[in-house]
Amino acid sequence: MLRRTLLSAVGAAAAMLALSGAAMAQDTLKIGLILPMTGPFASTGRQIEAAAKLYMQQKGDTVAGKKIQLIVKDDTGTADVTKRLAQELIVNDKIAVMAGFGLTPLALASAPLATQAKVPEVVMAAATSTITEASPFIVRTSFTLPQATVPMADWAAQNGIKKVATLVSDYGPGIDAEKAFAAAFTAKGGQVENLRVPLANPDFSPFLQKVADAKPDALFVFVPSGIGAQFMKQFVERGLDKSGIKLIGPGDVTDDDLLNNMGDVALGAITTQHYSAAHDSPENKAFVEAFKKANNGMRPNFMAVGGYDGMHLIYEGLKKTNGEGGQALVDAMKGMSWTSPRGPVSIDPQTRDIVQNIYVRKVERKDGELYNVEFATIPNVKDPVKAAKSN
Amino acid sequence: MLTILFDGIAYGMLLFVLACGLAVTLGLMNFVNLAHGAFAMAGGYVTAVLMNRYGVPFLLTLPLAFTVPAVIGLVLERTLYKQLYARSHLDQVLFSIGLVFMAVAAVDYTMGSQQQMIQIPTWLQGRVEILGIQVGLYRSFIIAVCGVLVVVLQYILTQTRFGSRLRAAVDDPRVARGLGINVSVIFAATFAVGSGLAGLGGALGAEILGLDPTFPLKFMIYFLIVVTVGGTTSITGPFLASLILGIADVAGKYYVPSLGAFVIYTLMIVVLVLRPQGLFARAR
Repeated sequence: MLRRTLLSAVGAAAAMLALSGAAMAQDTLKIGLILPMTGPFASTGRQIEAAAKLYMQQKGDTVAGKKIQLIVKDDTGTADVTKRLAQELIVNDKIAVMAGFGLTPLALASAPLATQAKVPEVVMAAATSTITEASPFIVRTSFTLPQATVPMADWAAQNGIKKVATLVSDYGPGIDAEKAFAAAFTAKGGQVENLRVPLANPDFSPFLQKVADAKPDALFVFVPSGIGAQFMKQFVERGLDKSGIKLIGPGDVTDDDLLNNMGDVALGAITTQHYSAAHDSPENKAFVEAFKKANNGMRPNFMAVGGYDGMHLIYEGLKKTNGEGGQALVDAMKGMSWTSPRGPVSIDPQTRDIVQNIYVRKVERKDGELYNVEFATIPNVKDPVKAAKSN
Repeated sequence: MLTILFDGIAYGMLLFVLACGLAVTLGLMNFVNLAHGAFAMAGGYVTAVLMNRYGVPFLLTLPLAFTVPAVIGLVLERTLYKQLYARSHLDQVLFSIGLVFMAVAAVDYTMGSQQQMIQIPTWLQGRVEILGIQVGLYRSFIIAVCGVLVVVLQYILTQTRFGSRLRAAVDDPRVARGLGINVSVIFAATFAVGSGLAGLGGALGAEILGLDPTFPLKFMIYFLIVVTVGGTTSITGPFLASLILGIADVAGKYYVPSLGAFVIYTLMIVVLVLRPQGLFARAR
């Protein structure tokens, strides 16, 4: 009798264990992906969403025995909407991780929420250096603007460029780019003249004329990627390409998403950035092919790779913590390294910012399409702003 | 120096092509049509779609970039705008700004939010040097088109029967009707032409200004400045105003880049303080 009771008790316990195991397997981990899906920055949202979905499709939707659910929210590129959405996702949906963030103000708006709720915030796009300092829960998989710009200054100085005119859109990232470039380039003995263009500026002609009259060796340009095409056209229209002025800058101006539509005006532009769809590696070939196949031929750009790597970071972090979020997840992400489609990357344990190769590229025609073709590599670049602070 | 002047004139002319439709609807018909930019955007998209999807040459798309927005304008005038002629300006503003937002959302939904790019023919690209001035070919083309437009519009308004009927219909619709003028047909035709001109401006401007769904909102301020500075009772007013504004804007950005963006606004404020009815208009 006693034996039977014991047995049934053990059986019941075993059944309960099995049941709870099954219940655990059905536990879902939610990832809140907050992106600008409409409005002027929709291209960013589109690319990142496509990349995140591709990653889940390739790697399955179960990690550490838990089902991953992706919740995509559209913040239209407005900071107060981002903040509200982040709050809803944390409180109502109890997300384990929030990710996305197309622009700097959007990433900053949700930073206090990440700290308070101890929810890791994976920044996949926004590129102002200070973002990771806004909360100890922010980890970034995109890049920082100085990270892409300072190598440009080094390259220019090493390649016989002495005098550079900079032309940037007059807003946060533009001024960041201008300062980072000017500081690095003058330190190498170069000469810089700075021009700032209002963000809402329909016609570049006066600024370009000023550049033509100044006769620099190169024109360093940073404008938001949508305006890049307008800029390139007017650069060529003014005959600046034929006057021997090299066009250089961080890669936003020759964004892979737009490059093909720009036409031949883009040929020859030299940029530094962390990703090109033409990056020559087996990982990238597979990535580009899968991305195009899943998205009706759309070419991945640097935003897409930020989203793809962001998902990778979340997946691998969850594997390490066995599905636990919060502080443990952030700690797991620190110092992680892997081979991304853009090449080898790692997360700096001190700054939670990405460390990656920066490539020098030139726009060339390849198989009938325009690509940023990489011809030099600066390995393992850390964000120079934070590196300077810690010294 | 002369290159700056040339660029300024070309830019001003572009502003005029974009804004002259508004000068027609707002100025002549006294209807505050903030949705003007939406018609301009429609013209731009007609050109972009025809060129990129169907390979139609740039010049052939221009008549369609005029016709399609004109037809849209005609339909909307008959169905929606007509109801608002007698209403207050505030109602008209609210109505037309609503139209703008609907147009932005509709284009975003159907065409996507990315920049539309067109490739102008090679003979319009590049620049030539004439008497030491660097002259951009496409900008010269815009100046030529705009010059023709001014002459034709001015001729129609001042010399033709239609022009005098229109002016009569605007000044006093009741008396005009009494004289046997079909005011409503004249208004519909005028509105259609105004929308068509906007479309043409959008198509010509796509190369220089870019084209995406936020176009009507981005450039609304420029249309309004042109019409405000020029005054609204004629075509020559906005024309001269566009030239002055274009040159001032380009020269300002060239010579005082740190203040450049404000020159156009400063100019507008000065004009409004000195001549609230606009530079080239009689006070009403």
